[in-house]
Amino acid sequence: MEFYALVVLNGLAYAALLFLLASGLSLVYGVGRVLHLAHGGFFMLGGYLGYTLYQRLGEFWWALLLVPFLAVVVGLGAERLVRLVYGPDRALEQVLFTFGLAFVIADLTRLLWGAQVLGVPAPPQLNRPLILGSFFYPLYPLFLIGVGAAVALGLWALLRFTPFGVQVRAAAGRPSMAEALGVPTKTVLQRTYLLGVALAALGGFLGAPRIALAPGLDFTMLILSLIVVVVGGLGSVAGALYGALLVGLADSLGQAFFPRFSLALVFLAMLFVLAYRPEGLTGGRR
Amino acid sequence: MRYTRRQLVQRGLALGMGLALGNRVRAQREALRIGVALPYSGVYAQLGEDITNGMLLYFEEVKNQAGGRPIQLIREDETADPAVALRKVTKLVEQDRVDLLTGLVSTASAYAVRDYVHNTRNVLFVSNAGGNALTRDRKSPYIFRTSFTSWQVSFPLGRWVAERVAKRVAIVAADYAFGRESVAAFKESFLAAGGQVVDEVYTPLGSTDYSAAITRLVRVRPQAVYGFLAGSDAAIFLKQYAQFGLKGSVPLTTTGFTVEEDVIQAVGRDAEGAYSSLHWAVRLAIPENLRFVQAYQRRFNRVPSVYSMQGYDTARVIVEAVNALKGEVANKEKLVEALEGVRFRGPRGLFEFDPKTHQVVQNIYVRQVRDVGGGLANAVVADLGRVRDPG
Repeated sequence: MEFYALVVLNGLAYAALLFLLASGLSLVYGVGRVLHLAHGGFFMLGGYLGYTLYQRLGEFWWALLLVPFLAVVVGLGAERLVRLVYGPDRALEQVLFTFGLAFVIADLTRLLWGAQVLGVPAPPQLNRPLILGSFFYPLYPLFLIGVGAAVALGLWALLRFTPFGVQVRAAAGRPSMAEALGVPTKTVLQRTYLLGVALAALGGFLGAPRIALAPGLDFTMLILSLIVVVVGGLGSVAGALYGALLVGLADSLGQAFFPRFSLALVFLAMLFVLAYRPEGLTGGRR
Repeated sequence: MRYTRRQLVQRGLALGMGLALGNRVRAQREALRIGVALPYSGVYAQLGEDITNGMLLYFEEVKNQAGGRPIQLIREDETADPAVALRKVTKLVEQDRVDLLTGLVSTASAYAVRDYVHNTRNVLFVSNAGGNALTRDRKSPYIFRTSFTSWQVSFPLGRWVAERVAKRVAIVAADYAFGRESVAAFKESFLAAGGQVVDEVYTPLGSTDYSAAITRLVRVRPQAVYGFLAGSDAAIFLKQYAQFGLKGSVPLTTTGFTVEEDVIQAVGRDAEGAYSSLHWAVRLAIPENLRFVQAYQRRFNRVPSVYSMQGYDTARVIVEAVNALKGEVANKEKLVEALEGVRFRGPRGLFEFDPKTHQVVQNIYVRQVRDVGGGLANAVVADLGRVRDPG
């Protein structure tokens, strides 16, 4: 019983990271119909920026606070470039362009931080296990689960109750009608993009105490986040949440019972979802 | 052949000088061309760089000369991809006409080039890839390995763990040839010494989460854990091992690469206390090693890794053999004979080849990650003596 509780907690902690990454990817796609393949790059960049901040400041929490801001600064520049390929029928250009951007980010991080494996320790308050009788579990992943839940709630409230949320939903649902009614879709898209980038970078830094920073992390995470949004349904935050939970739990169960096939299990889950719900768990809005 | 502008100027000047000085300048002998096939991109990029730096350091120490010939390195990025490795090695031989070949970090790449190197009778120095078969059924008289075999570094540890650490052990290893070979070698001597393996978990290469694997290990309540993981896998595993609170309570024993200096840099205190077996340690207290570590730090401003050391020794093997032959390396049989006679005391201790397998015979050390004067590093806690792969 305890064992299963541990497996589920592991899956939830992993899902929290995947959600931070995939929610932005999904939002950007929803608003702008741009599949942002450089998203994994921003995840990794967040980890590396946080690493440097942590080295300079010596304090995990300050670094955590500053990483999203730095990512937004970088994201502003990147958005200027990605803007060149916005448009409903330029999917191929978008894929090539954002994939190219992903390579640029990968090589820049390599140039600046080198190829060696880097790491950020968990903050001292969280770098110990929680002990409840015979049951014990590390605190840091519990913290990740909390952050994931808080971000999910925050995004839901943002989209549901704020003017920005209304604009996002309008631009995502009926872009031409929204434009006709005076919704500045370009600006909405820019803000959504920056929000997505900030969340990805936050995820990258929060993941750093559990995941090592090394070349290749960006593409590993990109592929997982693509699975998440495909399973959940492209374009919706709720979809990203369901997708992240499914992929996180499938991976954790796979690792515990047949570690050799854990990745295969994730793909199998994707296959099943797509066979019965081709538009993903939330159905998508087309 | 096309010249760049700089080459044109250089060659023009050289020609002019030569004409001006006439016969007084003795023509320099043709360069000894060494083809280096290492990964300079991808997950093993750092290993490729370390090995190259180690080689450069030794070559610079001997003023880039071997047997009276200047040394010229021709580098190719094999990206740790077997198909690329074979293509690059073929290119080095057929297009660049190199005299000697060296490199190869991943075992799959080494296996991929083995037949080509063997059939074309090119001498290759494998400076990392540790798969057992290259010393056993796929050995070649033309392939010399200066690094290790998975058996060589893991077999001696099993008995030591059973006698000194614990008899009930759970195992976690990366699911690929080298991981499985390491576990098999460890178990061979561990079981023979009365040890008991309570669970074995194999995780895919490049995993980003080990908590499920660790959860499984915890369930069987082992007295100690034996593991083989490398690079980022090792870093993630060690962090999560500490976060689960196992670091102090369940000793971790590993094959050296799991807690090599690169990983310690990444995880810091989370690696403290881990035992590992390897053919070298940065704190190995012998004069040859102290000199090597100092020189390397001065030259590259970094602490050398075991890979740097392997590059350094590989370069030395090449130079010593070429010196013995006075630069004449065209006769492959003579070259192989000279290489079999290479023997020196280097950073890892006494270095010599097993003439039967062309695998290095070397000491294996048990190290422990300790806080030594301000920084964490591997300190040697036991010398398990000279280990020869049975072939």
